[in-house]
Amino acid sequence: MKTQLQGATAFYGVGNGEHAPEQPSVVFIHGSGMDHTVWLMPARHFARHGYNVVALDLPGHGDSEGPALTTIEAMSDWVSALLNQLGIGEAAIVGHSMGSLVALDFAARYPSHARSLALLGTSTPMPVSDVLLDAAKNDDRAAMVMANTWSHSAPGLMGGHKSPGMTLYFGGLRLLQRTPEGVYFADLGACNAFEAGPLRAEAVACPALVVLGNEDKMTGPKQSRAVASSIRGAQVVELDCGHAMLSEQSNAVLAALKTIV
Amino acid sequence: MSKPPFEFDTLALHAGQRPDAETGARATPIYQSASFVFESAEAAAGLFNLERTGHVYSRLSNPTNAVLEERIAVLDQGVGAVAVASGQAAMHLAVATLMGAGDHIVASRSLYGGTHNLLSYTLPRFGIETTFVDPRDPAAFSAAIQDNTKLVFGEVVGNPGMEVLDIPAISEVAHAAGIPVMIDATFTTPYLCRPIELGADLVMHSATKFLSGHGIVIGGLLVDGGVFDWAASGRFPTLAEPFDGFHHLNFAEEFGPAAFIARARREGLRDFGACMAPTTAFHILQGIETLSLRMARHMENAEVIAKFLSGQEGVLSVLHPCLPSHPDYELAKKLLPNGAGAVMSFEIAGGREAGVRFIEGLKIFSHLANVGDAKSLVIHPASTTHHRMDAEALVAAGISEGMIRLSIGLEDAADLIKDLKAGLRSAAKGGR
Repeated sequence: MKTQLQGATAFYGVGNGEHAPEQPSVVFIHGSGMDHTVWLMPARHFARHGYNVVALDLPGHGDSEGPALTTIEAMSDWVSALLNQLGIGEAAIVGHSMGSLVALDFAARYPSHARSLALLGTSTPMPVSDVLLDAAKNDDRAAMVMANTWSHSAPGLMGGHKSPGMTLYFGGLRLLQRTPEGVYFADLGACNAFEAGPLRAEAVACPALVVLGNEDKMTGPKQSRAVASSIRGAQVVELDCGHAMLSEQSNAVLAALKTIV
Repeated sequence: MSKPPFEFDTLALHAGQRPDAETGARATPIYQSASFVFESAEAAAGLFNLERTGHVYSRLSNPTNAVLEERIAVLDQGVGAVAVASGQAAMHLAVATLMGAGDHIVASRSLYGGTHNLLSYTLPRFGIETTFVDPRDPAAFSAAIQDNTKLVFGEVVGNPGMEVLDIPAISEVAHAAGIPVMIDATFTTPYLCRPIELGADLVMHSATKFLSGHGIVIGGLLVDGGVFDWAASGRFPTLAEPFDGFHHLNFAEEFGPAAFIARARREGLRDFGACMAPTTAFHILQGIETLSLRMARHMENAEVIAKFLSGQEGVLSVLHPCLPSHPDYELAKKLLPNGAGAVMSFEIAGGREAGVRFIEGLKIFSHLANVGDAKSLVIHPASTTHHRMDAEALVAAGISEGMIRLSIGLEDAADLIKDLKAGLRSAAKGGR
């Protein structure tokens, strides 16, 4: 689905359902250099069960026009504007990686719009190494190879996609490589600069869930647990995977989301 | 820069497979089961709605096949693959996924005979036409593109002329027109050539040949590079518009880079049904485990044999890109630095009859219709596959009466040379 927002086309997937704001909504926010397609399976599941699904593309990603936003706060403000435009008052907010920071910031600053919160592969702060940032600045294609490698567990790098015939490594890489030049660097910079995370975590008032990968090299299990411990009453689900949990453990991620959405 | 974090030889052994979590089986088990039990009614609904991963029915997917599919996709640097019943099935699946009646293909005219038949005679019956062009002329590919063209197609190394396709140049002209490129990489395998790395979008293999490597199974593989933007092209409603045959699913919108291979499985395997048997997948996996070792030896032997034949009395010409006399020698060095395959053609003096005598004089080379076996193979097109053609028709097909095609195997090259010498003696004797 497409809508015009702040003078640009904004895209959101609906999981093969219909836009139905009168139904309970669930909002999916992707990570750096990604787009709505990472939520293919949960989006389709919740749409089939009658939810109003908004698997959005942040500006500059997927089918949403740019330019890319450069701060996490700007992204959560944009999400708020999108939900207002779509007539959505309250939603379950689900974010992965950079999207988890946007979800966290949104849930804290727009509490009346967050029915629940799910943070996948999260950490706050979410420092990005100089090696990766420099690579993203100078040659974001090389940075994508680095990040894609670090995003998979050791077994995951060798494959074993649960979706028949698909590859874990190249599946992730080809999606990153679709990102227009400059967007990935903007995303990583936004993650790196977001310092308000601990304060936002303390301010979250809705039920929350943190899903972590025990082999996550991007946002380590300890960091994910630290986020959970900062959010009142947050639950934790630990999965056997790396940062790319949506492809490495798609069924388990869905099972976890069903407990919070 | 897309290189995976492991080297090719390691991936050929491990990609897509982990030891079985329950039994510890190290080899890929053969899941000889037509169907798979659903965990629950809700899980079943989820599988049919593409919101869960898993297997339903072996026409659509199978755990053994899935290992093979992921392995070839990784080796070819693609987002995914589908295993099918034969190389011809892979070709048909690609065409059927991309187009329908009223659409058009631009193809190299130097193709495997089965592919040529499909494009020339069978697909037109279903409303799909093909324009054949000189594989050495990228401008000819460009000129043949029409408003309804949906695919540019060629083989890495042509058959039987051994033309090396300039994949980067062909891809450039196709992409400029918003059209994907599919490459038949059967003769080269990903060990010698990874077309996606060179700019192509889709790859197909007859896995019957070098991938399985032992002449024991028939199978095909179709690989999606995940690099073509189907929606931006504007030519692919089957991929970028809601599909009534799958509850209005828009594959490009929902699957992103994997749109093509998702539709090939969800529609193509479902409706056309040319699936691969899991035992076949197991055999091909066994072959791929030793692909690097075998291909290196194939290349070593092929070069020795090509050079041997070049100097023999009674051999009018030898076609293999490893020879400086081949028109694509320089291009092959650039695009195929590890070798241009183990299939070659040569022209024997004395025409059709000499060709027959040559074949009958061989003891180690097997006379049969296949390539890519561990054993060396030979065929004389004028007396077998093309025996109904007269001399003029053979020339039009790029085949001469004295043309012999060899597939060089893994035997000791010295024994192969002895055998070829015996064949050449037989050919010459009969001519006196």
